[in-house]
Amino acid sequence: MAKSNEPIWWSLFSAGGMVAAMLLPILIIITGILVPFGLGGNDLLNFERIHTAVSQNYPVKLILFIVITLPLFHWAHRFRFTLVDVGLKSVSTLISVLCYGSAITGTIVSVIIFLRI
Amino acid sequence: MGEKEMSAYHRPVPNTWWLKRTPYVLFMLRELTSIFVAGYCVFLLILVYKLTQGADAYGNFIDALKSPSSIALHFITLAFVLYHTITWFNLTPKILVLYKGEEQIPKALVAGVFYTGWVVVSIVVALLVLGM
Repeated sequence: MAKSNEPIWWSLFSAGGMVAAMLLPILIIITGILVPFGLGGNDLLNFERIHTAVSQNYPVKLILFIVITLPLFHWAHRFRFTLVDVGLKSVSTLISVLCYGSAITGTIVSVIIFLRI
Repeated sequence: MGEKEMSAYHRPVPNTWWLKRTPYVLFMLRELTSIFVAGYCVFLLILVYKLTQGADAYGNFIDALKSPSSIALHFITLAFVLYHTITWFNLTPKILVLYKGEEQIPKALVAGVFYTGWVVVSIVVALLVLGM
């Protein structure tokens, strides 16, 4: 059987899917409902508090980095096959490069931003 | 290689095949949840970036969360991401086929563990962010 890097992408897809399933709903509720409607305090995402929590705390930084980057690979893998499924099979290699390339670019940008905080 | 002349006939499939039946539409909706998943992660990254830009830039960004368009976008995103979460956990027993001796651990139990974990994780995150 030909050597394939499919297992790597599939693993990242799964890991990202699990992270997204577990953590994104509550985060969306916080930024989309609690903050705008003033539930849980008027200054829920206060700059000082969040800045300190993220910049002074390596586990928080690492977790936030993982929560942001892994789901990008979940998207890349799933969206790649969605585009192929709706008839772009002839350009499947280009689609793979663009999808995984976007996720990798997002990860590099994240590394830079997280290093600067 | 002579493959060209030997290639089998492939019946053409219209690109709108997924509109033909409800399960296909639901499948496509599930696949499209990934756009909202990635979109929200980009939003989170921008939030972290604003943290590096100081209190004013960050404050303006947080204030913008109160705008009707942001709230609407969050609600749409929440609907799609919840659909991702539900379909994802419902798939776990198909991937994680566990046995206790000869007997297979019930599918509902495997998925149930993930749903329980999800509730616990969500409460922990909410309490941490609320600063309790």
